[in-house]
Amino acid sequence: MLLRELSEAFGVSGGEGEVRRIIRQAVEPLVDEVSTDVLGNLIVFKKGSKSGPRIMLTAHMDEVGLIVAGFENNGLIRFSKVGGIDDRVLVSKVVQIGDKKVPGVIGAKAIHLQRPEERKKSLKVEELYIDIGAKSKEEAEKLVKLGDYIAFYTKYEEIEGGLAKGKAFDNRVGCALVIEALKKEYPYPLYGVFTVQEEVGMRGAGVAAYKIKPDLAIVLEGTTAADVIELKEEGYVTTLGKGPAFTVMDASVIADLKIVNFLIKMAEENQMPYQFRRFTGGGTDAGRISLTREGVRAAVVSVPCRYIHNPANILNLEDVKNTLKLIELFLVDLPEGGLS
Amino acid sequence: MKELIKELTEAYGPSGREDSVRDTLKCMVEPYADEIDVDKMGNLIVRKEGPGKKIMVAAHMDELGLMVTFIDENGFLRFSNIGGISPYILLGERVVFHNGVKGTIGCEKLDNIKDLKLSKMYIDIGFSDKKEAEGKVKIGDVAVYQRSFSDLGGRILAKALDDRVGCAVLVQTLKELEKPANDIYFVFTVQEEVGVRGARTSAYKINPDLGLAVDVTRTGDTPESETMAVSLGKGPTVKVKDTLIITHPKVKKLMVDTAEKNNISYQLEVLERGGTDSGAIHLTREGVPSGVMSIPCRYIHTPSEMVDFGDVQEGVKLLKNILHKKVT
Repeated sequence: MLLRELSEAFGVSGGEGEVRRIIRQAVEPLVDEVSTDVLGNLIVFKKGSKSGPRIMLTAHMDEVGLIVAGFENNGLIRFSKVGGIDDRVLVSKVVQIGDKKVPGVIGAKAIHLQRPEERKKSLKVEELYIDIGAKSKEEAEKLVKLGDYIAFYTKYEEIEGGLAKGKAFDNRVGCALVIEALKKEYPYPLYGVFTVQEEVGMRGAGVAAYKIKPDLAIVLEGTTAADVIELKEEGYVTTLGKGPAFTVMDASVIADLKIVNFLIKMAEENQMPYQFRRFTGGGTDAGRISLTREGVRAAVVSVPCRYIHNPANILNLEDVKNTLKLIELFLVDLPEGGLS
Repeated sequence: MKELIKELTEAYGPSGREDSVRDTLKCMVEPYADEIDVDKMGNLIVRKEGPGKKIMVAAHMDELGLMVTFIDENGFLRFSNIGGISPYILLGERVVFHNGVKGTIGCEKLDNIKDLKLSKMYIDIGFSDKKEAEGKVKIGDVAVYQRSFSDLGGRILAKALDDRVGCAVLVQTLKELEKPANDIYFVFTVQEEVGVRGARTSAYKINPDLGLAVDVTRTGDTPESETMAVSLGKGPTVKVKDTLIITHPKVKKLMVDTAEKNNISYQLEVLERGGTDSGAIHLTREGVPSGVMSIPCRYIHTPSEMVDFGDVQEGVKLLKNILHKKVT
């Protein structure tokens, strides 16, 4: 599975090129058609062995990140956020900037120099800067351009307990799963769609669905798991190790009940773990897809990930395996008439 | 027609779970419709054929709901809202699930009532452990207010008048339509309360020449209420503007002219916060000239919404007259 390579790849919303290249290379031998649309969505097609429901299996390629917004005379770089990031996680992180992947550090005053009241408050994005080592504005501008994307720099590693840490599991884990699922043969026409710009408003998915006109869509995601110390169990949303999570409803979609019930049936018949995403906020590409043209039945299956939208996330590799198995079962066992 | 409103308001149908109210509506319209279709999203599309342009008339079937997100060891259900629900009106409220399971809403001990949030509240369905509770209700199941219809004489009190009263107006209009001058699509939409979703996809499918939504609107006629020039009992409204739409001048004129010509009382409505299905319809494809007729309603989104029956009857009259007139 390509999770390591995809997680370490650079792909902030609108700048998904590197991720798209990796995916394209991986899927080209597996599918009948490959194309990239106007917005940059990568759309691949496997004909299948017979006619039947047209299925769209999709994951977004983009990650949240930062963008270069200006230069100080002393060579420090000002930046803005792309997608939802908590200002408080930014200080002291290592980042890479632009196509050349110029390394830098998000700087702030060291603790020795802070006044007592400064230590109590967290720094806002406007107060932060990136230090790439340049001594002047001119020197910095030689390496970095206004509008260059900035991504967190985090190595993918497998850690204790069958877990893995890395950046951008939301949603490179989804991308890795779609690629993996494309390796098998299925009865019905299958579109694998790797979308752009989900993190800034689910922009790629709508146009891709408009083009494809699918009968049903499954969105694969890395969703939040909050099974950690500060919350009571009712606030966990999802739990690591308890299998793929099904969305019933979020702020963008009420998942198609027939698809959800079929997923539950598949999981139960095969003694596989599953859970619900126990939270109704947030949104995914399913919101856009479901409202395309005359409407598309859509559902979301997620791998639980701790600390999403942060420089380092943690997921359980067993959940990834189980999600893949479930999606494969779904694609094989779907009735010929679809679920209508 | 009060019977119609009673049956519709007492039906179960939160956003995304409109099956039961849709079945009820289907039975009501079947004898009068030329074509009936249920689309992928679950919208009920009822056609009354006529010679002219395509007119889409929408009223949403869905009501607010509470979705179960967690069941604890002692059988208490945590929940999230579907649509705009204030935690304050939920205290002590009774709710009912699709399968008839009933419960009440309680909340954790609070030092200050201002700290009340949905996350501090739970549904108690009368079981003392998780297993028993899970036998009745699952995560993802949805409860609605448990309230019956009350006929107060001139006025009506019920849950979900938003927008079952709109559905009732459509059904009654369909019954009374003889020979429409236009090709009419009555659409009973899904998922309005979570973002006018059903109207968007059904309008794409129908591709109408003119769109009308029938929904409820706020009033400014209660003690110390917000300022709004709409009252109960002064007739249905012709919407001028809300958050999602500025009524197309042609549609507004059509509605106002029809009301005045037929001596139907009406009020002009400017709604500062809120929107309805027309917001989605008018932006479909190349754009659809659209408007809204509202039934004034007090206490919207609470378990006890109130409308004036006279306004409802006048609404049917206005809608019927609009549909009988050939739209150009």
